[in-house]
Parts: sequence; structure tokens; C-alpha cells
Amino acid sequence: MVVQTQKVKAEISPRFLPRVTVEGSIYKIDAQDLHYKELNTLLRELDAMGVEKVELSNVYGQRYIGTDLKTKMKIDIYGTPGNDLAAFMDGQTIEVHGNTQDCIANTMNDGKIVIHGRAGDITGYGMRGGKMFIRDDAGYRVGIHMKEYMSNKPYMVVGGTAEDFLAEYMAGGVLLVLGLTLKKGEQHKSRFVGTGMHAGILYVRGEISHLGKEVKMMDVDKKDLAVIGDLVKEYCGYFNADYDKIMAGKFVKIVPYSSRPYGRIYAY
Amino acid sequence: MNESDRNIINPFGNDKDFAGCSIFGMMNLEGKRFGSKDPVRAISNMHERSNGLGGGFAVYGIYPQFKDYYAFHVMYLSRDAKDKTDRILASCFNIIYDEEMQTRPANVVDPPLVWRYFVQPKKNRPQNQSEDDCVINAVMRINTETGKAFVFSSGKDMGVFKGVGFPEDIADYFCLNDYQGYLWSCHGRFPTNTPGWWGGAHPFNILDWTVVHNGELSSYGINRRYLEMYGYKCTLQTDTEVLAYAVDLLMRRQQLPIELVSKILASPFWSEIDYLEPKKKQALQALRQTYGSLLMNGPFSIIVAHHGEMIGLTDRIKLRPMIAATKGDMLYLSSEEASIRLVSPMLDRLWTARGGEPLIGRVGDKKLIEKRAKLEVSH
Repeated sequence: MVVQTQKVKAEISPRFLPRVTVEGSIYKIDAQDLHYKELNTLLRELDAMGVEKVELSNVYGQRYIGTDLKTKMKIDIYGTPGNDLAAFMDGQTIEVHGNTQDCIANTMNDGKIVIHGRAGDITGYGMRGGKMFIRDDAGYRVGIHMKEYMSNKPYMVVGGTAEDFLAEYMAGGVLLVLGLTLKKGEQHKSRFVGTGMHAGILYVRGEISHLGKEVKMMDVDKKDLAVIGDLVKEYCGYFNADYDKIMAGKFVKIVPYSSRPYGRIYAY
Repeated sequence: MNESDRNIINPFGNDKDFAGCSIFGMMNLEGKRFGSKDPVRAISNMHERSNGLGGGFAVYGIYPQFKDYYAFHVMYLSRDAKDKTDRILASCFNIIYDEEMQTRPANVVDPPLVWRYFVQPKKNRPQNQSEDDCVINAVMRINTETGKAFVFSSGKDMGVFKGVGFPEDIADYFCLNDYQGYLWSCHGRFPTNTPGWWGGAHPFNILDWTVVHNGELSSYGINRRYLEMYGYKCTLQTDTEVLAYAVDLLMRRQQLPIELVSKILASPFWSEIDYLEPKKKQALQALRQTYGSLLMNGPFSIIVAHHGEMIGLTDRIKLRPMIAATKGDMLYLSSEEASIRLVSPMLDRLWTARGGEPLIGRVGDKKLIEKRAKLEVSH
């Protein structure tokens, strides 16, 4: 085992060696004071070696973690990863044991993100595939310009509530907000919900008002509940939540009136 | 483009890259002073948000032995300007003590001569002129009359340190590890529409009011003209300057509480005002009508500070980030959570405010934070 470990470690640039320890198949990296460019260089080296599991500790704001990797690596992050986490990510899995900052899953193509904490503003910006599960709340403009094309369809679940401009300019995919952090009788925080939305579906559990003028609220049907049920089941698996209790809540569906809300403005 | 053209267009050799400014504030709610280590570490952790064209700090409680005197920090772009400035200062003030500011070689660009004065306004002032007004007058005169001298700090028992470089370089240059303060407000700059020069770095200051800002103010022109009516002259070629004068006008001179001032700077939409109960609606309508010219249009997150108080505020639709946290007696405001976690990994409370809603920390008033944090989205 030791011999094998040394052999694999020999492929890592020498300057990174003091930070890397190998336990079984898991590569552990101490990211303290490591610049994001260096950290991502190291991740790409591990990726090229075919490493399947990486654990990052002492992460303080390093950006673009999970970007530009080729294999199906699983990355566990301890700390607070920086902006643009999983930007353009294509098939990897990231589990964050802490909170995340702004603009995560920016134009993410495929893969999965699980966050044991909160997410910041513009979460899922332009996300066009893969899945994301956020245990607690998320900030402003969650799901802004999520999009889908044929079989590429992004799914995002926010366990708590979200702030203003939820699903702004949303153009595809499924966004589910569960409201689990709200007190009894408390409404969702978001105002201007679905402003500029022109495709995709936003499901909300609990009371929500103050919609943008481009969207309408509808009851959910059986087909919707099947989609919601699958997502909630997965959410409960990650965060040990009560499936039946969540599904007992009241869900609504928010969709756009038109697929071209501004068509009349620009094409008179 | 050849090398010489590039040097003219881009004298600091930084190619266009995209980022945002970084802001960080750290305050001891019991008023206990602490060193530069944590604030500098926190702001430099957001290195990517700035590009080396500006960094700065405002530190409160740093001159206890001179706390009754106004501390002027002045930058001189020429020797001649210092002679003129010294004459203006000598005509308005008793100069208690003055010295060239302590600096050391650091990775900063073209540092000007920087001088520190402790001054006391003379007794034979025009009638009705308060000491504070006398100071503002002198600052405006120096900034406009000499052409090459700029006062970048003019409060009592506080000081601003700023210049062209990354914030950690500026801290190094001004030897900030020799200072102690109970409130540190920090900035890393990424200039967008205005030049990167020593006077244009943040914080912006007048008396003991300082502002650090991430964003841009497209309303700068109208704000500036409005403030000129009250004697504030904008000379620093940067939009944020109007914010420093606006808070001085509204909060110090007109004594408005921050709860109202935030509604002036980041006014709610008319569509929101329309749905309020009649009394609130009337109040907000009056504010918008009276202070329309002080509405700060454009994306911003700012930290406003003066003695005893640190306030965080974003524009009404939160186009720039801000997060708040507490640990023990310490209050943190930051563009990014990671910077707070770096200096204080286990927090008591972490929360965000809605766009346009102020985050307020006051020395000796810990309950205020508890009360207000409950109203916000707590994490």
C-alpha cells in the first residue's frame, strides 16, 4: 500500500507534496493559504492521474473549484469555497461541508453539488445541466438564467428560502424551494419572483407572493408531484430530513405566461 | 499596440480583467482596540477582487494621546503644494504636532509625500462656525486651491491610510502593524470608470466619517451638484467621494438616523412605496421628494463608519455582496464569507440583510445586533 501511495504521489508536482496525504483511495489536500490557481492546478493533476476521491480542508475562498476537470472525481470540501464554485463543471460531484459564496454552478454542464449549509447570490447562474442540493437558504437571484436544451436539464433544490429575484430570467430546468427554515406561518422572503422568466418551472413549498409580472402561479398536478417527490427523496437522503413531513406541505408551481415576454418591446 | 502606447493607456500594466472591489469591516463592540493582523489578513484573502490599483484602511481609536485634536493626513504631489497647504493650515489652526508619516519600502506605485498634522481650530473663527465646519472648510480649500495636495483623513482619533497597490501592500507601506484600533474598515480596489491614483483609493473621508465602496454610482453627477450647494467640493475623481460627503451632510449635520438615511441612499421602488400604510408611505414619499438628488443609483455595497458605529448597506436590489457575522464582541462585515471565516472560523451568528436595509453595529450596544439580525435572513 505504502509503495503504491509513493508511486502515485510521484506524479504530483513536488511543490504540492507537503499538502497532500493519501488515505486508501482518498487524496487529502490542505488548502490553507494556497492560491486558487495553484489549488486548481493540483486538482487537474489529480484528475489526470485518475484520482476518484479528493478531500479539501482549510478552504477559504478559493475560486473555480471543480472547473476544468475531465474525470468523474468526487470532491469533499471543508471550509468556505470561493465564488464560481463548479463553474462550467462537467460531471464531477462536489460536497461542501459548510457554506458557499456567490455564483456557484455558473454555466455548469453536468454533475452534482451538495451543500451542507447556505448558498450566496446568483446561485446556479446559467446552469444548464446536473443537480444541486442546498440544505439551507440561498441568496439573491437564485436560478438566474438556468436553461435547458433537449436532454440537458438542470435541477436545483433549496431547502430553506431564497431572497429576491428568485428564478430571474429563468429559461429552463427545474427549481424547487422547500421553505424548511421558515417559521410556521412565515412567508418566503423572495420578492419579484420570476422577473423576466420565460421557460422552466419553479416549485415552491409554502406561501409565496410578490411575483414578477411575467409569471403566474398554478396548483401542482400528479406529474409535478412525481418530479418534486423524486427531488425531495434525494434531498432527504443527503440531509437526513423527513420525506413525509416535507411532502405533506402545500406546493405551488410558478411558470411564465409567455416564452417571449419582451418580444413586443424589441420587435414592434 | 506598441509598448509606449500601452503605457499611456494603461500606465500600471494591468490588462483588463474582471473582478469587483473587496470591502471588509471589523469592529469590537466593547470598543477594545486590536491590531492590524486580522483585518489585513481578511482583506488580502479577497486579493482577486482588486487589481492593485487601490487599497486602503480606516482605523478608529488610533491616536489616544492626541484624541482631542483633528488628525490630518495629507498627500502632496509636489513640494510647492506643501508650502501652500502649510499656510492654509497655519491660518485656520494651531498646529499641535506634525511629521512626515512613517512609511517603509513596499510594493506600491509612485507614493506621494504623506504628512500628518494634529491641529486645533483657532478661537477667532467666523461666528456660527463650528470646529467641524472649520475643518471641512480647510479640507475643501486645500483640495481645491493647491491643486497638488489632498487631505485624505481629517477626523479625531482615527486615520485613513490609502494608496495605489493591493491592500496588503498599503498596510505594509504605512506600517499598519504599529497601530491599534477598535474599528477597521478595509478596501481593495478594482477601478472601473475612474483612474487608479492615490487620492482615488478608498476609504473616502471627511471628519471622522469614512466610506468604503464596492460598485459604481451612475448618479455621481447629480449627487455631486447637490452636495456642492452645501459646500462639499468633489476633487478626488472617484464616485465614492459623494457618499462620504452625503453621510456627513445627512447624519452629522442634519442628524438623520441611519434607518432614514438608508432610505435616501437606497430608496425603495415607487411600486413598493405605493403598497405601504399611509403614514409610512407619506414619510417615504417626502424623503424621495426632498432628497431625490442623494439617491445613489447603480450597484453598490458600502461600509460607512464613524466613531462608535459601523454600518453596512447595499443598493436596493443587492447587486453587490455583503455578509455580516458576530463572534463574541466582534462584528464583521465582508464582501465574502471566507474572509470572515479565515480570521474567525467558529462564528456565533452569520446573516445577510436585504438590499437597502442597513446592518448596524454600535459600540456598547450588542442587543441592537441581536434584535436586527433576527429580522434578517439568519444562517
